[in-house]
Amino acid sequence: MSMLELTAKQLRDEIAAGRIKSADAVTEVFTRIEIYDPTVGAYITTFKEDALRSAHAVDAKIAAGHSVGSLAGVPIAVKDNLCMRTGPTTCASKILANFHSPYDAHVIEKLTDADAVILGKTNLDEFAMGSSTENSGLKQTVNPWDITRVPGGSSGGSAAAIAARLCWAALGSDTGGSIRQPASFCGVTGLKPTYGRVSRYGLVAYGSSLDQIGPLTRDVADTALLMNVIAGHDPRDSTSVSEDRAPAPDFLAGLEKPIQGLKIAIVPHLNEGVDAQVADAITAALRIYKDMGAELIEVRMPHFDYAIACYYVIATAEASSNLARYDGVHYGHRTDHADDYVHVYSRSRAEGFGDEVKRRIMLGTYALSSGYYDAYYLKALKVRNLIRQDFTRAFEQADCLIMPVSPTTAFKIGEKTADPLQMYLADVYTIAANLAGVPGISIPCGFDKAGLPIGLQILSGPFTEDRLLRIARMYEKQTDWHTRQPPL
Amino acid sequence: MDVQYKIIVGLEIHVHLATRTKMFCGCELAYGEQANTRTCPVCIGMPGVLPVMNKQAYEYSVLTALALNCEIALFTKWDRKSYYYPDLPKNYQISQYDLPMSRNGFIEIPLSDGTTKRVGIIRAHLEEDAGKNTHTLGDFSAVDLNRAGTPLLEIVTEPDMNSPEEVCALAQELQRIVRFLGVSEGDMQKGHMRFEPNVNLHITHSGQVFKTPISEIKNLNSFRSIERSVAFEVTRQLDEFLETGITMQMGNKRTYGWDDVNQCTFLQREKEEAHDYRYFPDPDLVPVEISQEWLTEIKSRMCELPLAMQKRFATEYGLSDYDASVLTVDRDTAELFNATVKNGSDAKRVCNLLTQTGLKLARERGSTVAGLGIDSDRLAKLAQMADSGDVSATAASTILEEMIQSDKSPDAIAKEKNLIQKSDTGQIEALVDEVIAANPQAVQDWRSGGKKSKKARGFLLGQVMQKSKGQANPQIVNQIFDKKL
Repeated sequence: MSMLELTAKQLRDEIAAGRIKSADAVTEVFTRIEIYDPTVGAYITTFKEDALRSAHAVDAKIAAGHSVGSLAGVPIAVKDNLCMRTGPTTCASKILANFHSPYDAHVIEKLTDADAVILGKTNLDEFAMGSSTENSGLKQTVNPWDITRVPGGSSGGSAAAIAARLCWAALGSDTGGSIRQPASFCGVTGLKPTYGRVSRYGLVAYGSSLDQIGPLTRDVADTALLMNVIAGHDPRDSTSVSEDRAPAPDFLAGLEKPIQGLKIAIVPHLNEGVDAQVADAITAALRIYKDMGAELIEVRMPHFDYAIACYYVIATAEASSNLARYDGVHYGHRTDHADDYVHVYSRSRAEGFGDEVKRRIMLGTYALSSGYYDAYYLKALKVRNLIRQDFTRAFEQADCLIMPVSPTTAFKIGEKTADPLQMYLADVYTIAANLAGVPGISIPCGFDKAGLPIGLQILSGPFTEDRLLRIARMYEKQTDWHTRQPPL
Repeated sequence: MDVQYKIIVGLEIHVHLATRTKMFCGCELAYGEQANTRTCPVCIGMPGVLPVMNKQAYEYSVLTALALNCEIALFTKWDRKSYYYPDLPKNYQISQYDLPMSRNGFIEIPLSDGTTKRVGIIRAHLEEDAGKNTHTLGDFSAVDLNRAGTPLLEIVTEPDMNSPEEVCALAQELQRIVRFLGVSEGDMQKGHMRFEPNVNLHITHSGQVFKTPISEIKNLNSFRSIERSVAFEVTRQLDEFLETGITMQMGNKRTYGWDDVNQCTFLQREKEEAHDYRYFPDPDLVPVEISQEWLTEIKSRMCELPLAMQKRFATEYGLSDYDASVLTVDRDTAELFNATVKNGSDAKRVCNLLTQTGLKLARERGSTVAGLGIDSDRLAKLAQMADSGDVSATAASTILEEMIQSDKSPDAIAKEKNLIQKSDTGQIEALVDEVIAANPQAVQDWRSGGKKSKKARGFLLGQVMQKSKGQANPQIVNQIFDKKL
């Protein structure tokens, strides 16, 4: 078996045992990147030399008998909205195309401390705004299962890189589904942790109260492995949960242990508008849980339908403020055509931002404007609270919620770009988790007739990722969807 | 024409807090450093950075608000105030909008007639300062972000001040308070305190009251400019009203700068621009909740405030209001006086040493009186020497001057400089006898008891002092003369 077939955890064990050299894994994966990435377009930047240097360092440590970190030598890809001193941090935006971060994000420090080897930075919708990676200002990423289709987004580069075996694990970020939806479209595993579980320090902000970093991996165990590295309190992020309120557990420890008396909640009205093949796959998955002894109950989530409207007020309001700093004054793109400082702002931004980013900045600016604040932003905050209460009530009755990730499988490139609203509406199943701050995972649960992967979404209560992963693992053990590979 | 008017002034004040580090990052505060050397990714607004609240800054703000008799909010949050300006790297300022950390207070300000006046405080809230734009580089402007993120306490008063002197008195009193509390160095030249008076007049004319448009004078950083700019605006507004009859209307508030060279205000913005700061709660920061324990702990750090101390010094020690105010200009000087007096020294003697020689020396050196480096033990010793007559008042002043330049004790200095007064009656008596014998006319005048007596007394005393080379204790000389004549 080629080392490319191994999971991250298996590769780590082989490297730690000295049976595989990290440098060989890096060389092998770069050979593959050089062959396939011109087609897939997962990476914006790769760091072959740096990666090899890190890999050699890990190999040397192992050869010398020194202890190594839990990701020893494992080649990992990182979404390009995570700040890293190596290479540029572009956010797939022209405005930051040449931006070099002077510091590493918290999760980058964690990966490095765990002896992971970072291969490069993956493509995304500009500033993580989008669901198809078509909004990248720098390049197009395609779906490895069908290169005429989108990989999902915004973490499309990370999801495609996992699916195409162009890395062993990846990090993404999820503001309204940006990890789970591309994971679903690309047939990989993706977790959005509870808001506050992973430090956002160094994640370029889109919607600060919604953004969360999480892993995209080949299976549930790899997600647990990465969570062990990246979760935990960071004093640099005031919204990161303290150790006494919710200590980060060992996510791998109980992973194989099924949950006895598992209660799964479903929300009946949510099935409207779901593609029949997706709905069938979800029903089949629920049957598997039932066969394992799980109890299925129906719950009402009366405010779920308002999630999209609520999200597009809150996320864009925060974005309009978060993206104000890209002004051409201190760093990033500056226009060549400025007569005064107002031109520096307006023209640098006009030239640097893409359409979707401008659209969201304008929406958010409008929502926060005096006279509109109460009607939009304040009301959205109230709706957000109601949605949170819906989840609280659901989790009082059940261990988890199960629903689709997306109403359809991956769509064609260009199919939805003309109608942004249609694109927004497709996020109906993922957005509510961000508003409520609860964790959610997408795991492969089948394929449609066109051979495109379908994702199963499982959501659980705040800071219960360990249980969520166990629930996901129960299903994964019964199926082999996650082992399938795209015919590149 | 019969025109009477009342001056109405409210103040907006920004105070830099003297915390070790900035408001939302770990950069050390610094003044006068090379541009952009006291910065980090957080305070220059790099992508991906997050603010973390400086707890010390919050505590300093609470302490100041308590000194200003404000209600302290037990729950507050942080808001983003959006506007584009090159010195504001995130293009929003983290501030407090609808839930300031304190409100509804007052400050008592001492007036020149010895009375005090109460001025209301509307609110005080905490925010971060911006950087500084400079335009001295020819074709382009430069931005220095060393100051960006400095904790800034904004205090807004009621429009309760009715003269330029009152505005200045408030500024000085506030400076004294923040220095006493140790929450700010209050150095005006370094921009630690910036004042923005809002001035207008209520003019009574032909039995009607007219309100002139409000002028906001921006960024004043000296007491003189505060007083003069307000006085200038009063005259300007009065003239303008008499010429044009303009009165306050929605949107005709104007912004003025102060031209220190020409001693006049100048128009900066004609109309109050319709700013929309798009305030919303900063999602990167968590709300601040103050527990009773925390509040009690902060309250325990409260010291005796300057005005209270000034009043106490005046009544307890019989000092003049002026002397008491000089002693309470800053906390260290007040504490020095307090400690010296507690050691048992005569309050008036210590007061004179500090407010006369001490103040003169401090002014020469541009320091505070306490900053001269005299400790209370040496000061007490000096006061005791002057009291007992070991040294004259003049000599005490000379000794004090010498004390600030060395660690020597006052008696060592006195000995070294030969300033100890002779109180040996035998020796002095001999001198007195000598002088009496040599000046029969003066002795006769003394005895005459008339107008000439006082003059003769002074003359004879002077003769003895001269013969003793200034070292005879004049009190004892007087006593001996009284006995003999």
